[in-house]
Amino acid sequence: MNLMMLLEMAASGFGDRVAIQNGQDTLTYRELFDAAGTAASAIVDLSCERVAVLDVNTLAVPIGLFAASWAGVPFAPLNYRLTDTEIESLLERLTPAFLVSEGSRHEALSGLAQSALGRDEFIDMARNGPVRDPDWAMDPDMIAVLLFTSGTTGAPKAAVLRHRHLVSYILGSVEFGSAAEEDASLVSVPPYHVAGVASIASSVYSGRRIVQLANFSAEGWIDIVRAEGITNAMVVPTMLTRIVDALEGMGPVELPSLRAVSYGGGRMPLTVIEKAMKLLPHVAFTNAYGLTETSSTITVLGPDDHRAAATSDDPAVRRRLSSLGRPLPSVEVEIRNEEGRAVTPGAPGEIYVRGEQISGEYLDQGSRVEGGGWFPTRDRGWMDEDGYLFLDGRIDDIIVRGGENISPGEVEDVILEHEAVEDCAVVGIPDEQWGEAVAAVVTLREGCSVEPDEIGTWVRDRLRSSRAPARVEFRVELPYSETGKLLRRKVREELVGPPPGG
Amino acid sequence: MAEIKVGSRLRSAVCATEVMVVAAPDRDVELTCGGVPMIGMDDDPPPGATISSEEAKGTLLGKRYTNDAGEIEVLCTKPGDGSLGLDGELLEPKEAKTLPSSD
Repeated sequence: MNLMMLLEMAASGFGDRVAIQNGQDTLTYRELFDAAGTAASAIVDLSCERVAVLDVNTLAVPIGLFAASWAGVPFAPLNYRLTDTEIESLLERLTPAFLVSEGSRHEALSGLAQSALGRDEFIDMARNGPVRDPDWAMDPDMIAVLLFTSGTTGAPKAAVLRHRHLVSYILGSVEFGSAAEEDASLVSVPPYHVAGVASIASSVYSGRRIVQLANFSAEGWIDIVRAEGITNAMVVPTMLTRIVDALEGMGPVELPSLRAVSYGGGRMPLTVIEKAMKLLPHVAFTNAYGLTETSSTITVLGPDDHRAAATSDDPAVRRRLSSLGRPLPSVEVEIRNEEGRAVTPGAPGEIYVRGEQISGEYLDQGSRVEGGGWFPTRDRGWMDEDGYLFLDGRIDDIIVRGGENISPGEVEDVILEHEAVEDCAVVGIPDEQWGEAVAAVVTLREGCSVEPDEIGTWVRDRLRSSRAPARVEFRVELPYSETGKLLRRKVREELVGPPPGG
Repeated sequence: MAEIKVGSRLRSAVCATEVMVVAAPDRDVELTCGGVPMIGMDDDPPPGATISSEEAKGTLLGKRYTNDAGEIEVLCTKPGDGSLGLDGELLEPKEAKTLPSSD
């Protein structure tokens, strides 16, 4: 197995279709295939053992991914928000590396790699060099991608995705050539996010044109959807929040080409998805849940589920709008309690997952996969009677108050329903009486004000009194990662200081 | 008869068909194309092998083929004229999945 096999099939099945579009610049499947081969020759000739790409979404990303697969070396997309010093320490772990970096970073970093090219130079070389005959290895255990994930302490971990994980994911979730010729997918997640990598492979295998958006803004996203006739898009929750706000501010805006929007990568506020469904009634929404270590998506809440939940009078069905949906057919999910035993529907525990696409492995740290192939996600959640998965949050974020487990997300959802509240984060803080107490940090809508006590009463009236925040503070903004994950750890540290020894 | 490995690639001895094995039974089997056992990518076809007219319905790029019991699944990575078979039973194309696109 090799990701190149997927691109080879696309190039032979629909080689003249546009595969990737960046502004006015395009690559067909055949051109992408040839460029990957040309770049693979350079990687092999220079004896580079890893390909590192430090760039926003440009043609360099898909070319780099497939060139690395062709050359049989790992592809490591790097976070362009890191400092040169941070990049330097990552490159040390990737040496001898073939580095492709966006122009302004190129000079500072070029001395750190076996080979260093500016992005434009790389794309030009790949497009214009001699074509290589297919000779990639099919060893399914070769590493396809290394994705650095920000650890809470110490150096970033590099999640390892092998060719068998990614190829299994694609074969299990995408039908070959299933896209229509006019289909176009807007990719605005950064290339160093697992969804950025997965979206390239999925679109290539389905035959759907990828339109790259280098820097996200809601207005830019709306403009490109209209100008390019985008049919599919994947966004993280913070992006959809901003798109919904922008659409509301613009008055009636039609996005007639847009058929499907999938979202994932963080918790989606119920109010935002409800608004999005009202503003874009013709769009099919899909919620996808997955982790870097699971080769992207493992559960989906599909368009039919969204519609059924939004229009149902049954609270159990209605609640599913805030669920993660059900596992892919190729994936098994199990909820286990603290003793490691599977629990009955409705009971919370750690989310375990199993399937061919699951890696659960980190570079130089080995695999976290347990007996029987089960991977502990460190996410806490529960499943309803029909197999819909609900996420409580990271196990480390769960608040334990007087022996009772409180999910921050449950409290956040209720606070977000208050009309004065724009956004909020709920965390546990040390408490002498209860062990931990609930604290809420809130941002308010423009021109609104509210007393801290009112937030406490608001929650107490809607949930149990144990859920009501003992402390409420107001801020101008909350800390998010650039892929839309609320950084609760930062919120907590700001309230109570860093954890001992951390 | 041989054990076929998941992830391995095979080609037809009598047409252009190439497949990748996605799932395979845990026993020795004979995977055929055009009525003739499939061979490794670097192997030479046996001399004089010809396509059986009974097993020449063709394969389609990107289609997955399986038998009634669902114990084998192969992905067609290059189409050709032959039909795929397992121990004498013709494989059928699998129904297309209808999963929502998630990325």
